[in-house]
Amino acid sequence: MIAGISFERRALRHPSFAIGSALILLLLATAVVSLIWTPWPPGELDIPHKLALPSAAHLFGTDSLGRDVASLIMAGARNSILVGVIAVAIGLVIGTAVGTLAAAAKGWVEEVAMRLSDFTFAFPAILSAIMLTALFGPGIVNSIIAIGIFNIPVFARVTRASANSVWTREFILAARVAGKNRLQITLEHVLPNILPVIIVQATIQFATAILAEAALSYLGLGTQPPQPSWGRMLNEAQTLMFQAPRLAIYPGIAIALSVLGLNLVGDGLRDLLDPRLARQR
Amino acid sequence: MALLELDDLTVTLSTARGPAKAVRGVSFALDRGETLGLVGESGSGKSMTALAILGLLPEGARTSGRLRFEGRELLTLDEAELCRIRGDRIGVVFQEPMTALNPLHSIGRQVAETLMLHRGMSAGASRREAIRLLDRVGIPDAARRVDAYPHQFSGGQRQRVTIAIALACGPDILIADEPTTALDVTIQRQILDLIAGLVEEDGMALILISHDLGVIAENVERTLVMYGGALVEEGPTDEVFARPSHPYTQGLFGARPRLGVGRGTKLATIKGTVPELADMPPGCPFAGRCPLTIAACDAALPGPVELSPSHAARCIRLDVALGVS
Repeated sequence: MIAGISFERRALRHPSFAIGSALILLLLATAVVSLIWTPWPPGELDIPHKLALPSAAHLFGTDSLGRDVASLIMAGARNSILVGVIAVAIGLVIGTAVGTLAAAAKGWVEEVAMRLSDFTFAFPAILSAIMLTALFGPGIVNSIIAIGIFNIPVFARVTRASANSVWTREFILAARVAGKNRLQITLEHVLPNILPVIIVQATIQFATAILAEAALSYLGLGTQPPQPSWGRMLNEAQTLMFQAPRLAIYPGIAIALSVLGLNLVGDGLRDLLDPRLARQR
Repeated sequence: MALLELDDLTVTLSTARGPAKAVRGVSFALDRGETLGLVGESGSGKSMTALAILGLLPEGARTSGRLRFEGRELLTLDEAELCRIRGDRIGVVFQEPMTALNPLHSIGRQVAETLMLHRGMSAGASRREAIRLLDRVGIPDAARRVDAYPHQFSGGQRQRVTIAIALACGPDILIADEPTTALDVTIQRQILDLIAGLVEEDGMALILISHDLGVIAENVERTLVMYGGALVEEGPTDEVFARPSHPYTQGLFGARPRLGVGRGTKLATIKGTVPELADMPPGCPFAGRCPLTIAACDAALPGPVELSPSHAARCIRLDVALGVS
């Protein structure tokens, strides 16, 4: 980078990016550690010690079935990451393909692709997810697919808009003059130039996916027992809202911090990947 | 058979204000090795003519007339066929070297790509050829600079790179669309000399588009003057410069700054402005600004009037125009 300051240095100086990445690293670390170690086996029942208060043995206490809340939260992180990664991947791959194709083809192809994505957009995310899981049955796989499908038009619109603006640049005309067809131009010139936009959108959709999974699980349509999920923990906690509010607070904080972290990283990346902003620093 | 033949080429753009004729019945022929200049102000249809030749007109543009390359009609050719001609048989150098290169690819890759695409060269062979081409267009230390990115070059050097891309496949026609407008005057000369030298060496035909009469005078054999989408005058460069005949051409020459005139003398101008494309009159496009306009000028676009076997102007009042000058 000619600006003189390396990308890493600038990234660390960017407050929201630094805080966001710390939160995400915490989330990832928790998920990885939970694969090899949790304080108690997650999901192990211990009815005699149910609803125990936080103590040295049970850091966050136990729930109504005596399961260790800290262990459940650690294992739940895995679930959230799984949902986020797959749902974003579905939306990113299909949505980016649709969006760049629409921008390259123009004419009726663009119209059809965009009106279709408007159509899916007309329903709120959670509503279409409920619709799909109601249709195909509740469960983690179906909820991931439902969230992924909702992500498709999000990516399609963002990539089409950015791709359209890249298509008006002169080097695209130069590439066409060189005899490249639209597919080659899309792959070689358009995609690399819209990559920052896609990356930023992916982090934000990752956060939305975690929220959506929590919401679906809360409604009983997402992750099914005994698989641990933050959303389902909230669901189970609601009947004990007044006796043991902490059962709702811990997973709530976990969800909030993960979503906050991803959004901060998204914001930070938007600044860091923008070459105009980079030069001003 | 001429290499490139335009016959009554008309381009109609769809604009917010309705259809607008950007090119009106342009006809000319270009032979192998011939150099041709298209001169005119912004909006005169010079660049649109070039884009029409390449089949890269904006969305919604309609064309009529004939446009033949080696006897093949280009207007009805499909996109895949056109892609095969562009970059291989016809090369283009653009006005703005700052934006004509993709900032994310190294210059070597951008030159090599054309070779891999049209010549099916391997990565290694195309890289060696790219270095040779960059060296040929005067990039110093080409073998080392081949992996550098566009932002590491000056404007003049970048224009050399775009010329290398245009030349990569040894095209039959080189279209240079205002190749020096965005460059310093000192660099302009070098770039024009480079283009002229390469055109001569390779025996390419050249279409040089410019609004600068000086650039045209020094670099092309034949000059076409465009105004409002129409060819208003054409002929050998010497004859057009010695005897500008169309009132617009005369106005253009009259508006050149000259050495030796007294201090404070105002530059001559052509009164009025170019009409909007959508409002172009059906007759002579210059009628609204011409000092010699009569009622008949607005009736129809005048046909070419021969001044010599090779020199013609589209004006019905040439006798008066020539008398005045």
